[in-house]
Amino acid sequence: MPDWDERKQEGRETYGSAWVTEADSVDARRTEEVVEEAIEQQAKPLGLWADTWRRLRRNHLALVGLGIIIVFISIGTVEAVFYQMHWHVRASAEATASDAPGYLAPYDPNMVNYDLSPSGLGSPPSWSHPFGTDYLGRDVLSRTLVATRVAMLVGIIAVAIALTLGLILGPVSGYYGGVVDSIIMRAADIFFAFPYILFVLLIMSVLGQGFQNVFIAIGVLGWATFARVVRGQILSVKSMEFIEAARAQGAGDLRIIFRHVLPNSMAPVYVSVAMAIGGAIATEAALSYLGIGIQPPNSSWGLMISDAVNYLAGGNWWWLLFPSIALVTTVFGFISFGNGLRDATDPKLKE
Amino acid sequence: MAERLLTVKDLSTHFFTHAGVVKAVNGVSFTLDRGETIGIVGESGSGKTVAALSLMRLIPDPPGKVVEGSLMLGDKDLRTLNDADMRAVRGNDIAMIFQDPMTSLNPVMKVGKQIAEAIMLHQDKGKSEALRMAAALLARVGIPDADKRIDQYPFEFSGGMRQRAMIAMAISCNPDVLIADEPTTALDVTIQAQIIDVMREMQAQYESGVILITHDLGVIAEISDKVMVMYGGRTVEYGPVDEIFYNAHHPYTWGLLASLPRLDASEKTRLTPIKGQPPNLITLPAGCPFTPRCPYRREQCRDNWPEHESVGPEHGVHCWIPVEERLAIRGDLPQFREPAA
Repeated sequence: MPDWDERKQEGRETYGSAWVTEADSVDARRTEEVVEEAIEQQAKPLGLWADTWRRLRRNHLALVGLGIIIVFISIGTVEAVFYQMHWHVRASAEATASDAPGYLAPYDPNMVNYDLSPSGLGSPPSWSHPFGTDYLGRDVLSRTLVATRVAMLVGIIAVAIALTLGLILGPVSGYYGGVVDSIIMRAADIFFAFPYILFVLLIMSVLGQGFQNVFIAIGVLGWATFARVVRGQILSVKSMEFIEAARAQGAGDLRIIFRHVLPNSMAPVYVSVAMAIGGAIATEAALSYLGIGIQPPNSSWGLMISDAVNYLAGGNWWWLLFPSIALVTTVFGFISFGNGLRDATDPKLKE
Repeated sequence: MAERLLTVKDLSTHFFTHAGVVKAVNGVSFTLDRGETIGIVGESGSGKTVAALSLMRLIPDPPGKVVEGSLMLGDKDLRTLNDADMRAVRGNDIAMIFQDPMTSLNPVMKVGKQIAEAIMLHQDKGKSEALRMAAALLARVGIPDADKRIDQYPFEFSGGMRQRAMIAMAISCNPDVLIADEPTTALDVTIQAQIIDVMREMQAQYESGVILITHDLGVIAEISDKVMVMYGGRTVEYGPVDEIFYNAHHPYTWGLLASLPRLDASEKTRLTPIKGQPPNLITLPAGCPFTPRCPYRREQCRDNWPEHESVGPEHGVHCWIPVEERLAIRGDLPQFREPAA
């Protein structure tokens, strides 16, 4: 028989006066199931992630963002996996003959085909080339897909570099305070104060052009954001009682920072990560647009947009439109997902 | 005679702030033997917690500093240990239970892991063995299903269970000295009784010396052997628990006892507060900090701190009122009269 607590949980319809008068209509096993269910529910309250997901699920824009992220990361991953393979396949005679690119893109992104660019302006979208071709007769769809890989790599690697730096400097700054804090935070201020693109240009000119240097330049510049976010969190977490309790157990500073303080400071960091990936992708596009990012013949959305703009007067809208859509969609995906994540993890918005 | 664990002599801890020097603890002395429980009572801001944290060297520095006194744990001088040695003392020789079990466990770490970490910090134990010990400890402090519970996070524990887990963590390395800083204040009354029982059992089992900080005289009466009454950073009276409750000599102790609700009082009787405000620790008088609120104060009170005066076995008091006069005043106070039959 259920006690009073279960009755309250079940609501009046089931356990109202009807239950008392019509005992037969109640399945005896049902009460047991209800009790079991209640116990199970009690034993497993929602964890941080389950709770976040529950609230994120109701935010449609964030879900769209998540969908976009998943699609583009899948494309990028598939391209990355097949890209290497492709060059080996391409070297063989059959591959050249069969014209099959061997990966997601329908054509070899670097295959120059002047037939498809009779006037030097490429051909507009058609069934065989859905996104059209560019001034060298290269397939725009294939180039856009391959560029996805570059964009995703930049987003993830650059942010990983920035995050690593930020997660070392931020906690140190916030936990120790004092002079160390001042030095690190003033350095962060300098990084913020400098015009961003100008700073990237500066680093690129020091490092020289190259694929890896784009990652490094964007990554190194991004640390300040993470360091600030983490520091702010740590300032509030470090005065909590469980930190003092950990110290009373005899834990050292490093253990306290990385085992106790940092794991409790991560929620806003995840949000920043999602936002920063979008930002890094946009920065890479800007760099490539300016001609110091990804170098031809490699494909990058920024590079494609840059090429297209030069020829825009000729009416070649398809060169510009498709890489732009890809860029805008990706950045939108990361930012809207980040926004949704922030709302979902914000304790002030908890109902 | 029992083994002497801790000797604190003339401990003074001050905080150097912009507003001035906060004299949180001023010349406090006490000793603790194996298996003994000393209760420290006093109102908020009387320096109880700061005294305990000074023992652990956990006073935030700056602004705080232990400016005077000796803290001897056995033959170790806690004031001169280097940081690494001090870390080895914390948790291992002196462990602490905090006031609010809701906030003193790391919310994102599984309970078993937290206890295991405490074990691995001080003992040469592998992870799986430490986890097994954690489960055994949880079972010992009365948590059912301990094997499953170690895999849960603190938010899946109730307040009383968290405090049990804190106790398990504190006793995990079998500390000589256990400091309990208001361990029952944040819990409801039925759970308080359980936690007190657990602490008493654990003390009997491990023979630790316990320093119990509280403003709950009921808890003190239940488990303390000795009591130290603090006011404004000073010890005003100390002695065996029965002496403090039945033979108190300091006006502040009288006030504390008078403020307790009485079972034999009529329904309409109001509680008797100690009149006045708690002292400002920056502008403490040089003499007895209780002077402004003391109904029996005299001229020398404000500017001179009375020497310790022995009034019984192990029972001492700091007060300028002469003994005979004190006993006469006390004889008139209701809480020291035999209850009417």
